[in-house]
Amino acid sequence: MVALDRTEVKEGVDKETVDAVLEVGTYKHGWETDIETEYAPKGLSEDIVRLISEKNGEPEWMTDWRLAAYERWLQMKEPDWAMVEYPEINFQNQYYYARPKSMDQKPKSLDEVDPKLLETYEKLGIPLKEQMILAGVEGVEGAEDAAPADGAQAQGRKVAVDAVFDSVSVGTTFQAELKRAGVIFCSISEAIREHPELVKKYLGSVVPVSDNFYATLNSAVFSDGSFVYVPPGVRCPMELSTYFRINAENTGQFERTLIIADKGAYVSYLEGCTAPKRDVAQLHAAVVEIIIEEDAEVKYSTVQNWFPGDENGKGGIYNFVTKRADCRGDRAKCMWTQVETGSAVTWKYPSCILRGEASQGEFYSIAITNNWQQADTGTKMIHLGRNTRSRIVSKGISAGHAQNTYRGLVSMHPKARDSRNYTQCDSLLIGDKCGAHTVPYIEVKNNSSRVEHEATTSKVDEDQMFYCRQRGMDEEEAVALVVNGFCKDVLQALPMEFAMEAQQLVAISLEGSVG
Amino acid sequence: MLEINNLHVDLEDEDKTILKGVTLSVEPGSVHAIMGPNGSGKSTLSYVLAGRDGYKVTQGGATLEGRDILDMETEERAAAGLFLAFQYPVEIPGVGNMTFLRTALNSQRKARGEKEMSATDFLKMVREKARTLKIDADMLKRPVNVGFSGGEKKRNEILQMAVLEPQMCILDETDSGLDVDAMKLVADGVNALRDGKRAFLVITHYQRLLNHIKPDVVHIMANGRIIKTGGPELALEVEENGYADILEEVA
Repeated sequence: MVALDRTEVKEGVDKETVDAVLEVGTYKHGWETDIETEYAPKGLSEDIVRLISEKNGEPEWMTDWRLAAYERWLQMKEPDWAMVEYPEINFQNQYYYARPKSMDQKPKSLDEVDPKLLETYEKLGIPLKEQMILAGVEGVEGAEDAAPADGAQAQGRKVAVDAVFDSVSVGTTFQAELKRAGVIFCSISEAIREHPELVKKYLGSVVPVSDNFYATLNSAVFSDGSFVYVPPGVRCPMELSTYFRINAENTGQFERTLIIADKGAYVSYLEGCTAPKRDVAQLHAAVVEIIIEEDAEVKYSTVQNWFPGDENGKGGIYNFVTKRADCRGDRAKCMWTQVETGSAVTWKYPSCILRGEASQGEFYSIAITNNWQQADTGTKMIHLGRNTRSRIVSKGISAGHAQNTYRGLVSMHPKARDSRNYTQCDSLLIGDKCGAHTVPYIEVKNNSSRVEHEATTSKVDEDQMFYCRQRGMDEEEAVALVVNGFCKDVLQALPMEFAMEAQQLVAISLEGSVG
Repeated sequence: MLEINNLHVDLEDEDKTILKGVTLSVEPGSVHAIMGPNGSGKSTLSYVLAGRDGYKVTQGGATLEGRDILDMETEERAAAGLFLAFQYPVEIPGVGNMTFLRTALNSQRKARGEKEMSATDFLKMVREKARTLKIDADMLKRPVNVGFSGGEKKRNEILQMAVLEPQMCILDETDSGLDVDAMKLVADGVNALRDGKRAFLVITHYQRLLNHIKPDVVHIMANGRIIKTGGPELALEVEENGYADILEEVA
């Protein structure tokens, strides 16, 4: 019984989702925390780069690394090939470093963290106390006979959190317990100080300093982020997550995440993001690098809910992110899952380099754009090793005046013999003023590999709406139901807690898109 | 139960009149059948009553248990107890049948100010009702109507009817595309729902469904009007002689 009830919740929209829609209004994380903030001077220069490095107490090699990136960045041009439009960004008219004053002295434990910061995360629903999180609703017992097809686990489980507030990490939970398992989970600034050998070895090895305009900018000015190292043969005992919160005004957030899964290791990592509602757009340019060694597996899930701008397209976050995983070892496996509902402009292509023989990359994406949002997102699957596999499932949903583009590259190199890719891109349109675009790039340089691409575009049709409404649902419930159904393949790929959150987000982000 | 009074309906986008003064009164507990040739306006009548977009009521009205339904939203009519079994049930990919049913039921209950049904109670209730319609657990889990055979789709409509327990059920050509066995299953399902209060309006082209769902009153509809009303024998007359005789008779 219990098992099936739970399946119910996952299968599509349900009561909780609908309640969330009714209660919440559109963007529920749009408030700000009133806290004293310390800024670096506005603008970007060598001095600012040095200052950030100094604030983080970094060794010289790191400062030099940043400065080299900055030099490089000065020579680069902002990319303009994406199907997004936004006013020119004045890189000298914003802050590159902002931290709560109370973080001046790094707190030794969570008990010492400014209560205002703790409250902020509590309000966001992010557990900074080391507690069990109950996945699903009730009926935790009997989870064993839960429908395994759903891949969900209903046990109470722990999630370790690294909380990043503006430019700094305010705390990381469960560090001691993780340490006993040999897992290192800390802020990247801490890792640079405490584990320089690992950082030196891996930082910039997947996304080189000169990779692209925003990645290079990030390399110069990143202020904090998360670091994960899972040693050989270790299955990380809990989900790890980072929660990014932008609070300060006119401030860019540039975080850097580095995840290393050594031979035979496994880790599942979740990322969440929100920001206050503001009229002026804010920049977020992150870099995520993942290194996956032989037989190791990393699952990286994102629920991106940055402020999308208001219904007239004012404000919102510009989200220019570079995420890449390097499946270095044989049979290494990476799975990206993203639910993109926020940001005014999104430019993001979580990718996999399939270097190891028989390594596997998967990309599951839901991108929802409403009002005046623009998203240009997709993935790159670079098949280098023999017998590599990749799978792409992308669901784009557009409403209002939004434009939604899937852009993806599948590349089969000469040595990637007997490799396979399957791509499925589905677009759903709500209303007649929005757009959906699919831009696949396919390169096959050997004759034994196979690439499949399927794309569909559909509209939430009147017959479906009438059918749902005749059975008693109002228009918004009906749209949420149909859209959740449309996204089902991807929602199923998410960890349980995220699946619930994502379902609610789907409904909330589409509020006001009908009628 | 359902009172339709001199209902005139135009298509919204075209200058075309479909219903030209339909008057009909369905008493609680009764079964009325509407028969008629293709294009007579039978399905339009069901859509207008259920609140589908694209139609304009130019004259007349309709009430359900005394409430004017034509001013209500589609979902309000549903919550008020009006149910339409579709001629072509719609597919909703990715949405489990159970999820759909539970969302619908709880939406209606909420609209009526009733408590929502718990997942456990719901499951028990649906399984019970599914059994009598020979709908197996697998069909309950599958996405709404996706990959269902014609018979499964129609059985699913009746299951929805059984779960939502409407007061006024309109069946739009429920027999179309069904073989004899499937039709009998569907008819048994409908008959099981007859409780002396619930009323039915059965729209059909052929008489054969009416062998299984016995009507109290039979109406013949043609060219947007009800041209003849009688007892079950009227259906048999159509079966034997077609519509031509009746059309001639009233012309």
